[in-house]
Amino acid sequence: MNGLIVKDLGMTYELPNGGSVEALRGVGFELAAGEMLTVLGPSGCGKTTLLNIVAGFLAPTAGKVWFGVDGAKPVTAPSRERGLVPGREPGLVTAPGRERGMVFQQGALFEWMSVADNIAFGPRMRGAGKKEMKDIVEQYLNTVGLAGFGNKAIYELSGGMQQRVALARCLANEPHLILMDEPLGALDALTREKMQSLILKIWNDTGKTIVLITHSVEEALMLGQRLFVMAPRPGRIEREYRLPFASRGLDGNLREIKTDAEYVEKREEILSMIWEMEEEIMGRQERAS
Amino acid sequence: MKWLQIALVRLGLRRSGEDARKTVSFGDPAAARGGYFWSFVSVAAVFALWYVATALQWTTPIFLPPPSDVWEQFHATATEGFRGYTLAQHIGVSVYRLLVGFALGCLIGIPIGFSMGLSRVLRGFFDPIVEFMRPIPPLALIPLMIIWAGIDDKPKIILLFLAALWIMVLAARSGVQSIRLSKIHAAYTLGASRTQVLFRVILPNSLPEIFTGMRVAMGVCWGTLVAAELVAADVGIGFMIVVGGKFLETGLVLVGVIVIGVIGAAIDVGMRKLEARLVPWKGMG
Ligand SMILES: Nc1ncnc2c1ncn2[C@@H]1O[C@H](COP(=O)(O)OP(=O)(O)O)[C@@H](O)[C@H]1O
Ligand SMILES: [Mg+2]
Repeated sequence: MNGLIVKDLGMTYELPNGGSVEALRGVGFELAAGEMLTVLGPSGCGKTTLLNIVAGFLAPTAGKVWFGVDGAKPVTAPSRERGLVPGREPGLVTAPGRERGMVFQQGALFEWMSVADNIAFGPRMRGAGKKEMKDIVEQYLNTVGLAGFGNKAIYELSGGMQQRVALARCLANEPHLILMDEPLGALDALTREKMQSLILKIWNDTGKTIVLITHSVEEALMLGQRLFVMAPRPGRIEREYRLPFASRGLDGNLREIKTDAEYVEKREEILSMIWEMEEEIMGRQERAS
Repeated sequence: MKWLQIALVRLGLRRSGEDARKTVSFGDPAAARGGYFWSFVSVAAVFALWYVATALQWTTPIFLPPPSDVWEQFHATATEGFRGYTLAQHIGVSVYRLLVGFALGCLIGIPIGFSMGLSRVLRGFFDPIVEFMRPIPPLALIPLMIIWAGIDDKPKIILLFLAALWIMVLAARSGVQSIRLSKIHAAYTLGASRTQVLFRVILPNSLPEIFTGMRVAMGVCWGTLVAAELVAADVGIGFMIVVGGKFLETGLVLVGVIVIGVIGAAIDVGMRKLEARLVPWKGMG
């Protein structure tokens, strides 16, 4: 099993002027292998900070993150850049590693490489052979519905297609955990819906553990088996839901779910919760100024 | 008549596609693209004006010799030579100095720029040197170069090297720093080592800015080259121009000027072509 354990995370950014921002306080949760978690919250509540800590890009000021602790083989890597430092606490996250993949919002693809070379990047870094890379590229182009697009340049693709490539590049490296920071944020509504179905399908087919950050309540409800609503200042988990919609969305129509009574009720509840948080933030800013 | 239409579009005399149907063109960048027909017109106009001005004797030949004289001068320098060297040899020596100085500037400037873009220590270390040297016009260093390095090729090449160096340092530095952090993060999560991140992500990402820097540096190098050959040289295009000026041989000066203009433009076109080939994604993100 490759679970994620996040314990008592705190993150305080020190500012150059001597002040500080408390971006996270006491954030803790466990995610079992194969679970899909979505995280919602008003902007500035620490979602990106949380994901960057789990990815290993940031060291938290309090708390720890472990990944894959109870796995048959603890994750180890030859160098600091490649992941966990061997000999330390098994599974403790201290740096980025190939077992934790990330899909970024647009702009993280390598424009100087073709679609195929982008997808083959991970395998190439670990020294995969030509034939193996070709097969991997083929396989994941199919997975994301871009068969035949391997030789295209990145800048020739639409935004939605670029995010498919980003997804394929991440999957081709075979991570156990996939982190996504508003991956569909820049897409139009129709493309977005298609990508949501694709993410659900990939989650189901591959059994990956997924953490997806979004600012769309509908997306969070539809995709998440579990859903965290975060609150700001300091960033913390305000509410947690366990949801049936993701599993239902797999064999049904995503749009049918949107009219489901339970779905509508949850959506309104969360919307008003976030609405209140934003009102409060604005009120605080007004009083401060 | 299809070829005629294509030719007209190429020349900018006819609009095609969406451009042909646009009702608003003033301020639209597409409205000012192409127009090569007018380039021919402008070149022809310059020559015509030159010819008329000299044929009607608006000026004296010392002030402006007629085109035919300049052509003869060109022919003479090309075949008989000037001061012991043919025109081709003068050009060859100048271009040699130019390319060696420019190449050294790139070869040393780009790694320094990279190191400044990657390390706080090296950034801080090189910063005062770069900031001090950058605003000094290379021409101001000519006397020092002559004192330190003599009067052969060496001082000229060093001068050109210095002209290109700081430009390339800054171009490489800003090329490195223009990267989106998410690209670096993506590479590390995909299992890349530091070396792999450097050569497969940072380096290609900085190519567009390095190319821009190279084109700027090449332009500055031309300016510096002629100035360097003004002082203490016995061969080179700049030398030819200086001697022509000293003896009021205006035709010789014009030959030198035109040769520099044509070669300079050809090099820039070549670099632009190479750029379109090597960094096709530039400006497309
Ligand atoms: N590098 C930083 N330095 C200082 N404060 C930061 C930095 N990054 C984020 N913050 C602050 O931390 C809080 C959380 O930011 P972030 O994690 O980006 O939130 P979200 O992704 O939910 O919008 C915000 O108040 C933000 O201003
Ligand atoms: Mg964010």
